Amino acid sequence: MGTLAEEILSRRVGRQVHAGETVVADVDFAFAHDVTGPLAIKAFAELDMPVWDPARIAFTFDHVMPANTVAAAELHRQIREFCSEQGVTNVLAEGICHQVLVERGIAAPGGVVVGADSHSTTYGAMGCFATGLGSTDIGVTFATGRTWFRVPETVHIDVHGEPAPGVQAKDIALSVIRRVGAEGADYCAVEWSGETVAAMHMDERLTLCNLSVDFGAKAGLVEPDAVTFAYTGGRGQEVHPSNPRYARTLEVDASAIRPQVAVHPAIDNVQDIDDVAGTPLDEVFIGSCTNGRLSDLALAASFLEGREVHPRTRTVIVPSSRRVYMDALEAGYIETFARAGALVMNPGCGPCLGRQHGVLGPGERAMTTSNRNYPGRMGSPEAFIYLASPAVAAASALRGAITDPAEVR
Amino acid sequence: MGRVFKFGNGISTDAIMPGRYNVTTDFDSLRKGCFIEARPDFVTTVQPGDVIVAGRNFGCGSSREHAPLSIKQNGVACVVAQSFARIFYRNAVNIGLPVIRCAELYDAVADGDDCSVDVRTGAIVSGERTFAGEPPSGVALTIMEYGSLLEMIKARGWAALEAANVS
Ligand code: SF4
Repeated sequence: MGTLAEEILSRRVGRQVHAGETVVADVDFAFAHDVTGPLAIKAFAELDMPVWDPARIAFTFDHVMPANTVAAAELHRQIREFCSEQGVTNVLAEGICHQVLVERGIAAPGGVVVGADSHSTTYGAMGCFATGLGSTDIGVTFATGRTWFRVPETVHIDVHGEPAPGVQAKDIALSVIRRVGAEGADYCAVEWSGETVAAMHMDERLTLCNLSVDFGAKAGLVEPDAVTFAYTGGRGQEVHPSNPRYARTLEVDASAIRPQVAVHPAIDNVQDIDDVAGTPLDEVFIGSCTNGRLSDLALAASFLEGREVHPRTRTVIVPSSRRVYMDALEAGYIETFARAGALVMNPGCGPCLGRQHGVLGPGERAMTTSNRNYPGRMGSPEAFIYLASPAVAAASALRGAITDPAEVR
Repeated sequence: MGRVFKFGNGISTDAIMPGRYNVTTDFDSLRKGCFIEARPDFVTTVQPGDVIVAGRNFGCGSSREHAPLSIKQNGVACVVAQSFARIFYRNAVNIGLPVIRCAELYDAVADGDDCSVDVRTGAIVSGERTFAGEPPSGVALTIMEYGSLLEMIKARGWAALEAANVS
């Protein structure tokens, strides 16, 4: 009896639990990356315990890969040293944690995953309970294989209707954030459901669960179905909500959604494309754990094919993983991007967190397919960041200004 | 008795410590990066015992523990906000940085006002006025009793939460 989150956690602890209770639960997998990893190692070392299970731990090099400063290189070195001491072999330098680990199958329906990164909600697209924790929590999980959770209430989002051409999961999520605000699902799980979600392929479901944290959610989930089990190759357990009691249900008519843009300086400052169209852009970034997957690049390539990006707009495209990169290469998208004058960078977080390349100067305006537009996120605190879908970003790169994709098609 | 350092709504971990300054695990370097762009004079003026007072959704954004660590390393006695982002709140509790929710304080005080917080009861005093913050409960209270999550695990392991039947 319960919501998807309650069902998964009940099964995990072997008794029926309900929202509001605190549980200590075993996890299936825990990871940290090159920013949060070193502090997790520091916390772990204080416990003076061995690693719980080296095969169920991973470190990813993605936020600053390859290292751009001596200090970053030193942190990478510390992680490698730790992993070789502890026998951790999942040391992955092939893209963003949330894409690479999904590809590697660490998340399966019915599972529990924690990561030292807030967008660990992404894995919920597999029908597992997945959440982001800080470094100390993850260091403790590295030693014990467990963590505590307050069983969350659930916000149920029921999406129906067929999205108009050029409207994607990103627009649906931004439209929800627009309605409920940046704290709309604070401390809650979000269950994405309804015919529109059922019809989505895995890339789009990953986008929905990824963005759940950006309106406060502890976890974003999609009930596992045929799409899920096809993706996992049959791995994982059937798990379904049963007589769930939701804290709140939100009905979303996807057919009524225009392309959405989250305008500087907050994720919930969302407007229809029509209200911001024409704003000139210095940079466009297509990538990130939200929208750097193959279907995103395919869509971007469909706009850039045979055209050139506007000369005032540096356009940075970053595949989210090596596999995405190679698939994009094979499909010809990378060549399309290069011919269009875009800068294709190595798999990883890219400009998303303003730490490596594609950094913004004061007063510059950027459109990005990522998930955060806080002042200072991508460089200067005086830069302006607009969040949108790959379709909007690609169309805007061509015009050098925020553009409705329908106008370029 | 400390002084109030007042911040607004939606103060993100990127504002507390931009990603570009997280390239270290050295606590003193983290201390120096606190609010480095959002309020560059913070580190040079804050004194041990001072109190950060903020609006809604304090600490939203990334899970980076560098943010609460940098506040703690500056000797801040407590962060009092109208609400906290989930991961920030949990991280703060884990590392022993007191965090108290209080709806009223934000509109009642200004930068530089004196302020003291009883982090166990949530009682807040500023000048002649008193405010009732939400005292820590459940897991947060248990961890606070041990000082930090690491101290709790070292002392009792997960039994500290399981045996106490914390809810
Ligand atoms: S792409 Fe951006 S949001 Fe995603 S993990 Fe990397 S830095 Fe974080």
